[in-house]
Amino acid sequence: MTVHHPTTPEDLERLFADAVGHGGKLELRGGGSKTAIGAARDAEIVDLRGFAGVADYDPPELVLTVRPGTPLADVERLVAEQGQMLAFEPFDHGPLFGQAPGTATIGGVVAAGTAGSGRLTAGGARDHLLGFTAVSGRGERFVAGGKVVKNVTGYDLPKLIAGSWGRLAAITELTLKVLPRPRVVRTMAIEGLGAEAAQAAMADAMGGPAEIAAAAHRPALDGRAAVTLFRVQGFAPSVEARCAALPHLLERHGRTVELPADEAAPLWTSIGRAGALADAETLWRVALPPSAAPGFVAAFDPLGGRWLLDWAGGLVWLGFDGDPALVRSTAEAAGGHAMLLRGPAELRDRVPMQHPRAAGVMALEERVRRAFDPAGIFETGRFLDHAHAH
Amino acid sequence: MTLKMPTPDEAVLARRAEIVAALRAIVSGEGVIDDADELRPYESDGLTAYRQPPMAVVLPETVDQVAAVLRWCHANGVRVVPRGAGTSLSGGALPLADAVLLGMARFNRILAIDYADRIAVVQPGVTNLAITRAVEEEGFYYAPDPSSQIACTIGGNVAENSGGVHCLKYGLTTNNVLGVELVTIEGEVLRLGGRHLDPAGLDLLGVVVGSEGLLGVVTEVTVRILPRPETARAALIGFPTVESAGQCVADVIAAGIIPAGMEMMDRPAIHAAEAFVQVGYPLDVEALLIVEMDGPAAECDHLVDEVARIADANGAVSLRVSNDDAERLAFWAGRKAAFPAVGRIAPDYYCMDGTIPRRRLPEVLRRMSELAAHHGLGVANVFHAGDGNLHPLILYDAHKPGDLERAEEFGNDILRLCVEVGGVLTGEHGVGVEKRDLMPAMFSDIDLKQQQRVKCAFDPASLLNPGKVFPTLHRCAELGRMHVHGGALPFPDLPRF
Ligand SMILES: Cc1cc2nc3c(=O)[nH]c(=O)nc-3n(C[C@H](O)[C@H](O)[C@H](O)COP(=O)(O)OP(=O)(O)OC[C@H]3O[C@@H](n4cnc5c(N)ncnc54)[C@H](O)[C@@H]3O)c2cc1C
Repeated sequence: MTVHHPTTPEDLERLFADAVGHGGKLELRGGGSKTAIGAARDAEIVDLRGFAGVADYDPPELVLTVRPGTPLADVERLVAEQGQMLAFEPFDHGPLFGQAPGTATIGGVVAAGTAGSGRLTAGGARDHLLGFTAVSGRGERFVAGGKVVKNVTGYDLPKLIAGSWGRLAAITELTLKVLPRPRVVRTMAIEGLGAEAAQAAMADAMGGPAEIAAAAHRPALDGRAAVTLFRVQGFAPSVEARCAALPHLLERHGRTVELPADEAAPLWTSIGRAGALADAETLWRVALPPSAAPGFVAAFDPLGGRWLLDWAGGLVWLGFDGDPALVRSTAEAAGGHAMLLRGPAELRDRVPMQHPRAAGVMALEERVRRAFDPAGIFETGRFLDHAHAH
Repeated sequence: MTLKMPTPDEAVLARRAEIVAALRAIVSGEGVIDDADELRPYESDGLTAYRQPPMAVVLPETVDQVAAVLRWCHANGVRVVPRGAGTSLSGGALPLADAVLLGMARFNRILAIDYADRIAVVQPGVTNLAITRAVEEEGFYYAPDPSSQIACTIGGNVAENSGGVHCLKYGLTTNNVLGVELVTIEGEVLRLGGRHLDPAGLDLLGVVVGSEGLLGVVTEVTVRILPRPETARAALIGFPTVESAGQCVADVIAAGIIPAGMEMMDRPAIHAAEAFVQVGYPLDVEALLIVEMDGPAAECDHLVDEVARIADANGAVSLRVSNDDAERLAFWAGRKAAFPAVGRIAPDYYCMDGTIPRRRLPEVLRRMSELAAHHGLGVANVFHAGDGNLHPLILYDAHKPGDLERAEEFGNDILRLCVEVGGVLTGEHGVGVEKRDLMPAMFSDIDLKQQQRVKCAFDPASLLNPGKVFPTLHRCAELGRMHVHGGALPFPDLPRF
C-alpha cells in the first residue's frame, strides 16, 4: 500500500493533480484511528500528520488555529493549560477498535464530526469549526470561513467540511472556537430507570432551569444497576444551587443523588465513547429525536440488542449483530439515522457506513462532492454511496 | 446606486405578460402582483439606498406552489429572488428588474411544538419573535434574537444566519436550527436534517444556513427551543478610555465567563442614546459596557459581582448593577434604541457590520475616527463586544449630493480595515449586494470560485438570487473545468458541470 507523507500544501497540490491525471484514488488519513470504519478500499494513503503544530492560539479571543495532524491529546492539553476546552468534546476512536489511545488527530476528529456527551448543549464539531485552509480534490488551495468567532461572510464551508470524512478536500489548517473550561463539574444520578422513564427524566431535566450540560443513560450492565446521569457544570455557587434544585425537579422520576467524581467519570466515558459496548462486534451510532429513543431501543431488546443513550436520548449506541436493514428501517421510522461504526469486514463491505439519504439528497451531495473533487480522487469506495465508484 | 446588478435580460422583460399569466396559473387571486403601484413596497429591503421594482411578485401559500413556481421559472430561464420580511441590511432581498420576487410572507404557521424534544417546526414566514411567543407560556424561548425580531422571518434568519445580542452564549441561527425543507430551483423538495442532531451524510443544512437565498427556497424550519433562564442581571459600566473597556471585556472572558450579552457603545453612541431615551447613561465616559448574565439567581449574583470586580480593576469610572428587571431593561433601553437615536442626530445613517479580533479594538476605533475625518462624516459605534462584531453607524445626509457615495466609501474602508486586522466583512448581516464587491478583500479568486461551485451544485443555471454575494458571475460550466493532465481528462464518464 502506497503511503504519501506530504508536509506542505504544495505537496498536496501536486499529489492531487497527479491523481487527477492518472485516475488515482486517495484516502486522507490522520492518526488512522477510524480506518476500520467503512468498506474495504484500495487507495493510496495520504498521511496528514506532517501538518502538525499550533499556528496561533489566542485564549482571550477564544480561537485556536492548528494544523490537522496535531494529536488531539496535544490540543486538549494546550487548551486545558489556559483553562479552556474544546466544548464539543471530541474523542479518540482508536479504543473502539482495540487500538491504544492517542492516535487521533484534531483534523481527523473534525473531518469525522466527532463529538462527545457535551454535544447536546455545546454543539458539535460543525459548530466549533470557524474556518480552514485546505487543498481541494482539484489540487487547489483555498480558504473558507474566518478566524473570528462571529462571521457570515460567504458560504459556511466549515459546516460542510466538518463531518465530510475527507471526501472534499485535505484540511491543512483549521481554526476552532475554544471555550472556558467549567470551574466545577458535578454529576447527579437516578438509579434503576428503564429506557422510557430515563428519557422522560432527561427531557424534564433539559426542559427545566437546572441548565444540564449533558444527560446520558445506561441500562443495568456489568453488574451495575441502570443509571441516568446529569452533568451540572459552571461556577461553584451556580452549580451548587442547580444540584440542590435538581432532585425536586426530578422528584417524580425517582431519587436523584450526587455521584462522586471518580465514580461518575468512568460512567460518562463508558456511554459517551461507547466503552460499555466494547465487546459488541457490530456497533451502530443512531441519531434520532430523543423522545423516539425508548421505542427504538425497545425494538432491539427482544433481539438481544444492547444499547446506551447519550444526548438526553438523541444518540443511541446500539450493539446488535442482527439484520442491518432492521436497524436502518427502525432508525428511519423513528425520524433518525444509523451509522455503522464497527462491524465485521464482510458486513462493512455490503452495508454503507452512513445511513442512505433520500435519492434527491444523495444526488445533491454527490454534486457538492464533485464541486470540490470533480475527478473523484477521494471516491475510494469506502462509503458505498458513490454512483460512479470504480 | 453605485453597485452594478446583472443586466436585465431583454428577452425575459419582453415576456412579462406571459410570465405573470404563468404565475397566476399556479397562485390565484392576490397572490400575484404586477401592478406598478403595488410592486413599490417590494422595491427594496432594509438597505434602502438600493431600489428596484421586481418584474412581478408571487406570494405562494403551499410548498407545491413554491415548487411549481420554481420549476416553471427554471424551465423558462426566469430569475427568482426569495424574500421574507425584507429587513435585510445587506440588500439580500433586493429585487431584479427581470426577476420574480418570491415572497414567503404567507407561510406564517407554526406547525408543531414538541417540548419533550425541545423543538418547534415552523413555516419560514413566521417572525423570529413569534416563535418565542408560541412557546413562552411553557417557559421556553428561541434564543437567537436579532434586533429586528418583531419583523424579520425565520426564513430570512436562516438565509442570513442571523445573530443577536445573545449569540455569544447561545449561538447564531445555524447553531439553533436542526432541519429545513428546501425547494431547489428545479422544484425538487428536499429535507435536510430533521429533529435530531448531526446529519446522516454531508452537512448540506450547514451550508444552506447563511446562503442568502442563493441555494434554494426554505419552506419549513425546525429550530431548537430552550428553557427560559430563571433570572437575568446586568451591569452598566463606564470607562474613561476604549482601551480600558476592551481590556475589561478580555478579562471577563479570561475569567471563564461567557456573558449572555456584552455590548459596548462609544461616546457618540452613548450621547445619542441618552438624548433619545434618558435612562441615565453616564456622559463623561469614552466607552460604556452592558454585561448581562442569565441563569439561576445564584449564578447571576455571583457573576455580576465578578464582573464588577474586573471592571473596577480596569479603572471603571461608573458602575451600576441591576437589582430588578425594570432596571436591567432600562440599561438596555439606550442600546436597543441606538439606531433610531442616531437617526435623530443625523438625517441618515448607514449601519456596518464587520468583525475584528477584539484585542484590535482600540486601534480600529482610532483609525475609524481618522477615516471619519478623511471622509468628512460622523460615526457612532455600537459593538457586540463579546464576539468582536462592530456596528459602526455612519452619519450622512442623503439629500446632500455625494454624501451617500462618501458614506459608502467610508463603510468600505471600515470593512477593509476589519479584514486587514484579521477580521471579516460581516458578522451577521450578510454580504448581499452591499459587500459583494468587497469579497476579494477577504477571499482570493480561487476561494470564491470554490464557493461558487457549491452554488452550481444547487443551481447550475444561476437563477436564484443572482447578483448577490459573488462579485463576478462565472458560468457553472466554466467553473467545472479542470486543467488537463497528460493530454486527457480522467474519467470522461464522470458528470461535470
Ligand atoms: C432595524 C434592524 C435591526 C436588525 N438587527 C439585526 C440583528 O441584530 N442581527 C442580525 O443578524 N440582523 C439584523 N438585522 C438584519 C435582518 O433583520 C436579518 O438579516 C433578517 O434575518 C432578515 O430577515 P427577513 O425575513 O427580513 O429577510 P429578507 O430581508 O426578506 O431576506 C433576507 C435574505 O434571505 C433570503 N430569504 C428570505 N426568506 C427566504 C426563504 N424562505 N428561503 C430562502 N431564502 C430566503 C432573501 O433572498 C435574502 O437574501 C436588522 C435589520 C433591521 C432593519
